Amino acid sequence: MDSYDTRGSTPRHSASSRLKDYFIGATPLQKRLESVRKQTSFIPTPPRRKIPQCSRLQEDNDPQKVAFLLHKQWTLYSLTPLYKFSYTNLKEYSRLLSAFIAAEKQKGLAVEVGEDFNIKVTFSTLLGMKGTQRDSEAFLVQILSKSQLPSENREHKVLWTGWFCCIFGDSLLETVSEDFTCVPLFLANGAETNTAIVGTWFQKTFDCYFSPLAINAFNLSWMAAMWTACKMDQYMAATEFLWSVPCSPQSLDISYAIHPEDAKALWDSVHKTPGEVTQEEVDLFMDCLYSHFHRHFKIHLSATRLVRVSTSVASAHTDGKIKILCHKYLIGVLAYLTELAIFQID
Amino acid sequence: MSSQKRVKDPQAQKRTSQVSDNYQTNLAGEEKDLDDSKHSLNDEQDSPEDYGHADDQGEDALQIAVRYFEKDSAKTSQSKDKILEKHLKTVENVAWKNGLAPEEIDVLLNVALSGKFGSAVNTRILKCMIPTTLIPEDSVVKAVSWLCVGKCSGSTKVLFYRWLVAMFDFIDHKDQINLLYGFFFASLQDDALCPYVCHLLYLLTKKENVKPFRVRKLLDLQAKMGMQPHLQALLSLYKFFAPTLISVSLPARKKIYFKNSENLWKAALFAVRQRNQGPPPEPLKLMLGPGQVRPLKRKWNSYSVIPVLNSSSCIKECGKTEMTLSDYLSSNESFPLEQLKSFPQLLQNIHCLELPSQMGAVLNNSLLLHYLNCVKDESILLRLYHWLSQTLQEECIWYKMNNYEHGKQFTNFLDTIIRAQCFLQEGFYSCETFLYKSLPLWDGFCCRSQFLQLVTWIPFSSFSEMKPLLFDHLAQLFFTSTIYFKCSVLQCLKELLQNWLLWLSADIHMKPVMNSPLETTLGGSMNSVSELIHYVGQLSITGMRLENNSTFLLHFILDFYEKVCDIYINYNLPLVVLFPPGIFYSALLSLDSSILNQLCYIMHRYRNNLTAAKKNELVQKTKSEFNFSSKTYQEFNHYLTAMVGCLWTSKPFQKGLYIDPEVLEKAGIAEYKNSLNVVHHPALLSYAVSFLLQEWPEERTVSVSSIRGKKWNWYLDYLFSEGLQGLKLFIRSSIHHSSVP
Repeated sequence: MDSYDTRGSTPRHSASSRLKDYFIGATPLQKRLESVRKQTSFIPTPPRRKIPQCSRLQEDNDPQKVAFLLHKQWTLYSLTPLYKFSYTNLKEYSRLLSAFIAAEKQKGLAVEVGEDFNIKVTFSTLLGMKGTQRDSEAFLVQILSKSQLPSENREHKVLWTGWFCCIFGDSLLETVSEDFTCVPLFLANGAETNTAIVGTWFQKTFDCYFSPLAINAFNLSWMAAMWTACKMDQYMAATEFLWSVPCSPQSLDISYAIHPEDAKALWDSVHKTPGEVTQEEVDLFMDCLYSHFHRHFKIHLSATRLVRVSTSVASAHTDGKIKILCHKYLIGVLAYLTELAIFQID
Repeated sequence: MSSQKRVKDPQAQKRTSQVSDNYQTNLAGEEKDLDDSKHSLNDEQDSPEDYGHADDQGEDALQIAVRYFEKDSAKTSQSKDKILEKHLKTVENVAWKNGLAPEEIDVLLNVALSGKFGSAVNTRILKCMIPTTLIPEDSVVKAVSWLCVGKCSGSTKVLFYRWLVAMFDFIDHKDQINLLYGFFFASLQDDALCPYVCHLLYLLTKKENVKPFRVRKLLDLQAKMGMQPHLQALLSLYKFFAPTLISVSLPARKKIYFKNSENLWKAALFAVRQRNQGPPPEPLKLMLGPGQVRPLKRKWNSYSVIPVLNSSSCIKECGKTEMTLSDYLSSNESFPLEQLKSFPQLLQNIHCLELPSQMGAVLNNSLLLHYLNCVKDESILLRLYHWLSQTLQEECIWYKMNNYEHGKQFTNFLDTIIRAQCFLQEGFYSCETFLYKSLPLWDGFCCRSQFLQLVTWIPFSSFSEMKPLLFDHLAQLFFTSTIYFKCSVLQCLKELLQNWLLWLSADIHMKPVMNSPLETTLGGSMNSVSELIHYVGQLSITGMRLENNSTFLLHFILDFYEKVCDIYINYNLPLVVLFPPGIFYSALLSLDSSILNQLCYIMHRYRNNLTAAKKNELVQKTKSEFNFSSKTYQEFNHYLTAMVGCLWTSKPFQKGLYIDPEVLEKAGIAEYKNSLNVVHHPALLSYAVSFLLQEWPEERTVSVSSIRGKKWNWYLDYLFSEGLQGLKLFIRSSIHHSSVP
């Protein structure tokens, strides 16, 4: 009982100055914190979203590059803002990254300095891949194998591709200072070891952080609804859902394919607000599917876990894998993925 | 953190002297480390002081054990087996916990390989050859020399090679060992040893070791044994050094790997690396077997969660292709982080310090934490914020159900963060947001102490805003968990309150010009604090009900109010919040004298605070905006009356409490009024009896009612001498002595 508080009051300047900052709420860090609070206190996703509109790709896009992005399976990552990244230095980055990859691949062996490694790295911007003018320019990184024979020099084989983008990322932009470049969504295709090496280089160079972006069942249902709602001139694939039933020794998968036009008809019957998708509509849409399935098979799908959704617009797996099929809705799909990525890094 | 922390900087010491208790014990460990650098880092990890003592004993036992192994020639009789077992256990325990010093390793290696004991013992000794930091090269050379004598079994040899490979990075020099290259190479002949020797050679080979005859031998072996991955690995290395010597084509992209020799010592290796602190030696990650399934994170940032300290020169280099002259000059001036070793250096170069390329690295560097403390650049804080938020989220164990080892790593990571927060005396925003996200999912068990410590460092802000995000979830856990959890939550909230009060009291003295919204006023801040106190009050009342008025819990509750009652005087903040009646009466009527004593102390402090506030109010009327409403005084007076009634005048509960006399009669305590005073109070009755027995041992009957008049005063002195200081303070300040009954 003798040592009643001795820790007294020592003035602590930095803390209090930051305290002041808190009150004024002006710093980017404060804005960050506020946005996190807002996000955590309410339902994680807004209860309504726009139905993806026809291509909003800006005029100056390169159709060849865009075509290259479609019909490939991409693994999704969220990425915190890049510190001191500059679009004017892409060439330099190519050089540094290829040196880094060479060193990593040779780890454990001595690397001879200056030795030409038989890979090449390119950085290039994806013009027009934006939601708004404020969004950072998207860019593409590729690892190419260099052919040994000079005659074939023109044709490089693509070993790995990754691209960075930000579509309607305003909420993130508001909370960082200008030293940062926001490209919260990263998509990779190719060997995971390469993704790891490239990711490590980015993390070391731009003090950023990659996290795998998984898509939970809740967001998958949103995707199902939004993509079904998209107007298509011609359907390329069936609308398909995959549910997983956890049971031993092996989990049981239930696949449920619907003719895309039937799916659209179902959607139109539950859809009320023009141009928008609401949470109630999503729930209703999925409930209709469930009850239909139950009538035929006496299985409650709502008790299982939705793991994959494929439509003619795109297909997504809960592991964070996505394949975009429709050029028209590319931006719309990416906008939702950007939103999920931003939510994850908040 | 050891070397940097030995800074002789008065400011740092002042800071650290006021940090929370568990950190202080850490510091105690560090001071020790000045005397005894060998074991410094171990001490740092075991915080409670008793541990240090236990360690010493362990060390002594270790010395005895080592001497036993060294001296005793093993004529193992039955009785000796027991002693042997005991000593082995000692060695194993110390080794796995703290590692062994170079001399001990030297002796024990010698023992293990000399074949003095049986093969089983040798195996056990070898398995625990874990260095505290480094292994002297000489010991290894000596050990290898035993291999030539042929006294140890094949399995011991295999184990020795595996050990050598696993510990390779911790051997202080390798020149001598390299001279034994020929010997190792010859051991390739042994089929059992071959894979491990290959691995060792792979680590050891230099360009000059590659000789035509060795290449030939290797190719022979390959012809004999087929395409073995380990041989291929060695061959490809040879080919790399001397492409002309090896014409045979090796599959270029084949995955080459060695059997994982490390796995026996995996946990130990991690511990040693942590002890060695600095950037851990690069493990041969790409060579590891493909069977290892690790979470993505591990693959990316190969060895530790917290990035290694590297200057950001790389960014500069690639950020500016064309440097202007001034850039050139300024970059020339900048001070590389790798050279930053002392606090004076930091002070001299603070204007031109190169920052780490990954801001997370500051967590492991106390000098940079100092820097962080005074830095104005928002982008530095943002970088740290993003890195820390994401790392916490990724590492958090219940996001991904990972193994035990991973959980341990997460705990260590949290400890590092908490250390940094204690050092800075300030919480990171990332931790706050992490708590928002993770607390609703927390089971209240995993990393409990770390989580609660994170809560104590939540930066001050509006309580009502944080309540739904954080404190409501904490309350749910509080109500549904054990009494021990309840107590730790209360403890943690007490520390949180203290941290907030310190921030605010520092802030109020700065007298900042604030012309911004609601929360910015002092009144707003005080509101937030009082909401926290009310929240704890509610937790306490419900907690008491749930735990059947547990005395244990009540202690923690009163501890909290000990902080609360002194806010006005100790922190110079205009706030007095009283405890709720539920707590007051539980404490007042407690059967435990220490509770009553604590209550008296708190009441005494409340009185002082309120008196001081009143005095100030009379002097300057400016502070009238703060809610020292007459209600607070009334409430206090009401409590005071009840206390005086219960302890002194035997007239309890004159006001506000009415009990039907019939009920009392039925209970047989119609005379309850007399049974509440310093003598008859249930918590003090035993004191009264022992007082009488002590003073008048010859009396036949003990009549406590005889304590009155002069005896009453003697009795009071007796109580005070028994350590009831709170009671003493209360009686001295609140009761006029003329009124002795």
